[in-house]
Amino acid sequence: MTPKIRIVGVSKAFGGAAAALAGVDLDVAEHELLCLLGPSGCGKSTLLNIVAGFLAPTTGRVLVDEHPVDGPGADRGVVFQEYVLFPWLTVAGNVEFGLKLKGTAADERRRTVARYLDLVGLSAHAGKFPTQLSGGMKQRVAIARALANDPAIILMDEPFGALDAQTREVLQDELSRIQRLEHKTVIFVTHSIREAVYLADRVVVMTSAPGRIKQVFDITLPEVRDRFAPEFTHYESEITRVVKEEVAKTIDGHGRQGPSVHE
Amino acid sequence: MKIRAWALLAVLVAWAALAYGNRVIEITNPVLLPTPGDVASTTLAALRDGSLPRNLLTSLARVMEGFAVAAGAALALGVLAAVCGPLRAMLEPVIEFVRPIPPLAFLPMFLVWFGLGEGSKVAFIAYTTFFPMFIGVAASVLRVDVMLLRAAASLGATRTDLLRRVMLPAALPGIIVALRLGFGLALFVIVGAEFIGADAGLGNLIMEGRTFFNPPQIVMGALVLGLLGSLVNALLLVAERRFLNLDRP
Amino acid sequence: MELISTLPELMEWGFRGPALSRRRAIRLKLAAVLGFLALWSLVSGVVVVAKLFNPIFLPGPWMIADALWTLAVKGQLWGHVAATLQRVAIGFSTGAALAIVLGLLAGHVRLVRNILEPVVELLRPIPPLAMLPLFLVWVGIGEGSKVGFITYATFFPTFLTTVHAVRRLDPLLVRAAQSLGARPSQLFVRVILPAALPDILVGIRLGVALSFFVIVISEFIGAEQGLGFLINDGRSFFLVPQMLGAAVLLGLLGYGGNALVRLVERRVLRWQYL
Repeated sequence: MTPKIRIVGVSKAFGGAAAALAGVDLDVAEHELLCLLGPSGCGKSTLLNIVAGFLAPTTGRVLVDEHPVDGPGADRGVVFQEYVLFPWLTVAGNVEFGLKLKGTAADERRRTVARYLDLVGLSAHAGKFPTQLSGGMKQRVAIARALANDPAIILMDEPFGALDAQTREVLQDELSRIQRLEHKTVIFVTHSIREAVYLADRVVVMTSAPGRIKQVFDITLPEVRDRFAPEFTHYESEITRVVKEEVAKTIDGHGRQGPSVHE
Repeated sequence: MKIRAWALLAVLVAWAALAYGNRVIEITNPVLLPTPGDVASTTLAALRDGSLPRNLLTSLARVMEGFAVAAGAALALGVLAAVCGPLRAMLEPVIEFVRPIPPLAFLPMFLVWFGLGEGSKVAFIAYTTFFPMFIGVAASVLRVDVMLLRAAASLGATRTDLLRRVMLPAALPGIIVALRLGFGLALFVIVGAEFIGADAGLGNLIMEGRTFFNPPQIVMGALVLGLLGSLVNALLLVAERRFLNLDRP
Repeated sequence: MELISTLPELMEWGFRGPALSRRRAIRLKLAAVLGFLALWSLVSGVVVVAKLFNPIFLPGPWMIADALWTLAVKGQLWGHVAATLQRVAIGFSTGAALAIVLGLLAGHVRLVRNILEPVVELLRPIPPLAMLPLFLVWVGIGEGSKVGFITYATFFPTFLTTVHAVRRLDPLLVRAAQSLGARPSQLFVRVILPAALPDILVGIRLGVALSFFVIVISEFIGAEQGLGFLINDGRSFFLVPQMLGAAVLLGLLGYGGNALVRLVERRVLRWQYL
């Protein structure tokens, strides 16, 4: 089967600065949830922005269903770390935004909005405005907004990075449940190893700048995962070891503390 | 910066093309659309006979005096009103009552009260610029972050220390902006004040241009005022940056 | 109540002090305005009684009310108010419409911005009042010059805030809309316009204030109706109460205009006021 997304020899340099990405090759299979993991500044968000079509690669290209990406589009939904809800629209208005752009009929829009608000547990808050929501709720709206547009691919850029630890785990549970229902092709950028092992079918560890692929882990855990199972911990420590090498390089290379990777 | 210079040049060229073009094909009466050359020669003449510098200085003196009085009052009262709740409660509604009245509506009152001499112009400028500066000063003090006060107090600051060492430096940038806007307003309204009941000043010079049907003189006055405004604004901005950088690296 | 907040009060609320209840705030406001009127009456009363100087220089509030009432009874007042209102309404709405359309275009299209910006940069530092005589020379002393002048004066603040609003638009909002499938025209209508609306309304509010600001002077010069005319007429005939009365009316109109825009803001920008 041909991969859903093919990233071929992608590198990116900003202005005259050193390259952020250097020759990344990566295939993402249909219905796969793939986590991009790496120290800060390794270019994982840059890679995601290239797939989303927000940035153009300096060399190489990205193919979706064998068609080259040349800009953002409704076939690739994006969930941002900063939520980026439209503040002038209600929760329901945000979720139906993409459908309105497509010219979907009103009653179908209403049904779809109801379905996805229900899926993320926000039916009671449909009429509220984003300013009235907590961070976790905002991100649920953003996920519903992406899903309601029914894209084949969803790109998530550290979506839970701004949330507190408890909310984070709750949303990870929800995303895992939603993925079992929706079977999207997902690229999920994170710097939390636990989060990656909990959610991913595959974890791709990237090197520190310029970003390359260092190692790929297939996670062969059951669909519903237990964060305290021995196998889970095994993956965690294995990946941690690989990531630590890269973080160490960052610190040596730049003589500064590399912030970046949670246990 | 370079682009801006080019753009201004382009405007100048466009104006020249329009005005000289009009002179040739006479779409409107050429007297109505002065050319850059007309304005330049009028300006040269006004420089030579000393009328431009004289009127400029007259206007500037009025603006300076009025602004100085208002700035002093606004600083003192603004800080006072901000730190003293009861005073603020008293002043606020009065200001809300007077402020929506366009200051120029009071201009004739000032002529009645202070006569046609310098006093009325200076007092009018002071009156006009006082309110926005007062409000700006008080708001900058009120905006001081309570967390800064807490941080200072937990380092042992007394109330006096808080006023002197936290409130003033924290409010300073806002205060300076308020003063700069006040000065801009003074330049804005002096023109109007000098239209009515003045026999000198740039506003008077401009009005003369209308009375004697001499558009180049109007344009000259407007350009000088615009130049003056930009110059003062740029100077104050530079001073602001210098001044504030002393304690804010 | 101490004059300056105590240290514990400063620690809790900063300089702002505790928030007043709505009722208490309104009562304080009312008391202060009444106090202001009382003080004013007292001073002008003392002037009358003690014969300090000609009381016409400082008429009490009652004399102003009387002057306005006389004008109203004679049926003249409404004509003046209407004349001013009409000039402001026509001049301002023309200026604002031009400013918003051109501002959106200039914010969005670089070519338009490059053409308009230098013109605006050149004209903006010139106090608009300095251009009034030029309007009088060009258009004559009638309605045209007054309305045109207001259009000119109010164009700048609204234009600049509109351009600024479009330019400072959060690029992430654009990205979010694009990845939901927005085409350029949809982007403009559904993202750029609503995102810029709060700033545009601020510009409109500035424009309204400025209209009332400049209408006075243009009615001083060669008008036969309008509140500015009333003021200048009062000056010529030494009718101080009429001058002050017209000024107060202008204040009320300006206040009303501002309140109206605020009302629209609260309606249209419900999402900002939660």
